[in-house]
Amino acid sequence: MKADFYRGASANIPIAASVAAYGSVLGMLAAQKGLSWLDLLLMNSAVFAGSAQFVMVDMWSKHLPVIEMAFAVLVINLRYLLVGASLGPLFSGRSLLCKVFLMHLVADENWAVTMAEQRKGTASVRFLFGGGVMVFLCWCSGTLAGLMGGGLVSHPEYYALDFAFTAIFTALAVGLFQGKKDIPPWLAAGALALIAHHFLPGKWYIVIGGVGGAITAMLAAPKTPASKEGEHVPAS
Amino acid sequence: MFPQVDTQAVLAITLAALVTYSLRLGGLLLSARFPRTGRFRQGMDALPGSLLFALVIPSIVAEGAWGVVAAGLTAVVMLRTRNTLLAMVLGMAVIFAARRLTV
Repeated sequence: MKADFYRGASANIPIAASVAAYGSVLGMLAAQKGLSWLDLLLMNSAVFAGSAQFVMVDMWSKHLPVIEMAFAVLVINLRYLLVGASLGPLFSGRSLLCKVFLMHLVADENWAVTMAEQRKGTASVRFLFGGGVMVFLCWCSGTLAGLMGGGLVSHPEYYALDFAFTAIFTALAVGLFQGKKDIPPWLAAGALALIAHHFLPGKWYIVIGGVGGAITAMLAAPKTPASKEGEHVPAS
Repeated sequence: MFPQVDTQAVLAITLAALVTYSLRLGGLLLSARFPRTGRFRQGMDALPGSLLFALVIPSIVAEGAWGVVAAGLTAVVMLRTRNTLLAMVLGMAVIFAARRLTV
């Protein structure tokens, strides 16, 4: 329904506001690297992935290292493979065309908001899409504002805006917590993420933590379909 | 006025876009082939939470003890109120205050 689109869009407003503030930082960097507003707008529309775009702008120069850039983007965005896979249930029964069309506007932010909403049983592909459009509009406004006239907020750190993402993703993660059975996977995910973050460059830690958590959950005793939510979890 | 976009830039952006989009759609299309029951399903159910937790934990730890306090407050507020915005704002407020106090 149309209502779901608007619900998704408005549910993403708080996080999209932080996206705009951070986008303005990218815009400022892009201006220093000599990107035009059209370069940036093309990148926003075609790539639409914050951290990857930061790295692309950082690597921007007279002779673009096209292949290195693509490889860096691959490594940073590898998590989208898992993000995409986790959206399977939401898209079940949808046409291929719907999937092809809607998957482009899936960012960390609207994905996380949608997963939290799905726990309540009220998420839909339109909710996801509405969020994607909201995040996209704020991302474009923020980055272009930064490019044209400096940042929307000149020192985001001063206002703890850099922590906005951590705080909101923490809140959304808590919303996804499935109870006791999630404790071992989350501990594994957290530990692996910290280790990977310390020893590996880039964004490997997200994928390693996420996959590690999922594998830990697979190793737990399989639940029979008849088992109830509140059942006693055997100590492992 | 429309600025000139050079061929290299178009190539770089196109390649990055193809990589990103293939990952997004690829993950979704692959998931249709996953088993829907048993251990694999248990893993997939735990994936979104684990992924999000893995995403935030290094930034929490990087913020030190105050990061843990802020994230803890955010988590408690979220559990009690289910209000994402309130939970976010309070977590940020802790960091905002801590940065002013500790500098």
